[in-house]
Amino acid sequence: MARKKKKKSIEQLKVRDKHKKVNGSVGGDVCIFIFLVLLGLFMIFPIYYSVVQSLKPIEELFVFPPKLYVLNPTTKNFSDLFKVAAEYTVPLSRYIFNSVFTTIVICVCNVFVTCMAAFVLSKCKFPGYKVLNQIIVIALLFQSQATWIMQFLVYSTIHIIDTYWVLILPYIATAMNLYLMRQSMSTIPDSMIEAAKVDGAGLFRICWQIVVPNSKPAIMTIIIFAFQQAWNLNGGSVIYSEEYKTLPTIVQQISLSGLARQGVTFASAVLLLIPPLVVFLIAQGNVMETMASSGMKD
Amino acid sequence: MAKNKNPDAPVNKQGYWAYTWHMMKVNKGCYGLMAPFMLLFILCTAIPVIMSLPMSFTNFNMIQTPKWVGLSNFSTLFLNDSVFLIAVRNTLIFAIFTGPFAYVLSFLVAWLINEMNPFLKTLFTFVFYAPSMTTSVYVTWQLILSGDQYGYLNAILIDLGFISTPVQWLTDTTYILGVCIIVQLWMSMGAGFLAIRAGFQNIDKSMYEAGAIEGIKNRWQELFKITIPSMGPQLLFAAVNQIASSFTVGTVGQMLVGLPSTDYSAHTIMNHATDYGSVRYEMGYASAICFVLFVAMLLANKGVNWLLGKYVD
Repeated sequence: MARKKKKKSIEQLKVRDKHKKVNGSVGGDVCIFIFLVLLGLFMIFPIYYSVVQSLKPIEELFVFPPKLYVLNPTTKNFSDLFKVAAEYTVPLSRYIFNSVFTTIVICVCNVFVTCMAAFVLSKCKFPGYKVLNQIIVIALLFQSQATWIMQFLVYSTIHIIDTYWVLILPYIATAMNLYLMRQSMSTIPDSMIEAAKVDGAGLFRICWQIVVPNSKPAIMTIIIFAFQQAWNLNGGSVIYSEEYKTLPTIVQQISLSGLARQGVTFASAVLLLIPPLVVFLIAQGNVMETMASSGMKD
Repeated sequence: MAKNKNPDAPVNKQGYWAYTWHMMKVNKGCYGLMAPFMLLFILCTAIPVIMSLPMSFTNFNMIQTPKWVGLSNFSTLFLNDSVFLIAVRNTLIFAIFTGPFAYVLSFLVAWLINEMNPFLKTLFTFVFYAPSMTTSVYVTWQLILSGDQYGYLNAILIDLGFISTPVQWLTDTTYILGVCIIVQLWMSMGAGFLAIRAGFQNIDKSMYEAGAIEGIKNRWQELFKITIPSMGPQLLFAAVNQIASSFTVGTVGQMLVGLPSTDYSAHTIMNHATDYGSVRYEMGYASAICFVLFVAMLLANKGVNWLLGKYVD
């Protein structure tokens, strides 16, 4: 018996050995690594550099050749940002408040609405569920910029232009988040739901007490996606009043003032840049877990 | 009559519609739970997409009532609007680079990352995904590409002796499109990249062992015989994402080189629609442009489905 086991393990070893040989010539690995590092540097450089620029004092900003690091980091650019914004009609804190407020509302509503719809679409068989699922897959194409012009018409018809509504409403029901949530929820075993039904739980309770607690990674993921979208949200031509504008608009406005305000421009860009990166980094394990079930089957 | 029927009887005894109606009543809770999402979805996605067709047959300036003009918007678009044709050409060039090219690149990167240790995996995923999260970093690109003496790229090229006078990267018509493509490409590894990256983790490891026994010789063979066929669904999802983003490029270019760009050399269909929709308020014409774009996206989607269909189930 023991001998047989030993033989088997040796066989397994052989197979693994062979596999390794298939996959790894050292030269290839080194080439791949260098390629990835170069490409990675290209990807990360603009982001890294804008952080560095935002921390540079004025003497270092215009040094030539430009330095890729900062000698005396300062937060002066950030405090200047508040001063610069004070020259506008509303203070910077108002822009920050608008961004934070809309982001929070969008994230909360997005999760709430998406969870319920995804639960129903993945776990209930009712007339029309096939059609709706198909529509969601097609709608993945149309969640982008392209619908924007037509949305403008709809918003002007229901008179929500130049209010908070126009910043919030369009980003609550996103096809992408629903799709990801649905895919992730469909991996939850039906027997759990059956058991709850037998115990007399209604649909709403099943959704919030059984399905939702079991899909935390997916919820984290859709929060991240909603957050990214909401945080980078630019009022564009649906917001006219200064007091409803969000952070990205101020970045645009300040960057228009050119080189003289370089430090401030980068400070505002960094203010906009850091939160999504941090949030993603914290929750990236959850994201990968959710994306693993994102595949399209039809 | 209907009351006497036994609602739980099999479908062939009570007619399709009666049965459906009964099932709808039984499942009314489902519709209730779905209602908030569906209402917002219809309002913000479905109506705008569907309305773009009827609107495109009209002449509408947001003030007067829409006037029916038949197909004239479309005929102007294709026959008399030379800028639109430039936009179509630019969009196609953009779409090729930020679509298929970025797609293959994300696949390649995800594949190469996959064989590394967990820390490097996380690090590289972050590094490659980060640009698509940030729309504000165009200020750095502006600084790098700036045409005056502060532009870094020009300074480096002059120092190295490649050029003698600064190149106007953001206003010279020969470079605008290329520059925009590079910046767009830099931002284009989004959710699709994450999906592909996660798809690699789904693949059953025993497949590789089986493959090794069956006589697969190198990484490339392994890639085409095992890896790609077993992650079809993820590839399809990533492709749909890539189509949606690559056909609607324009915002980044708009911030970088302005709207319209010099001689319309980086003008995309999206820019054209924005120009007519939110600058000139010719909504009928803008709808026609958007409708053409939607049709193009649907066709591209069909094409991708046809290409990747054999790997999905």
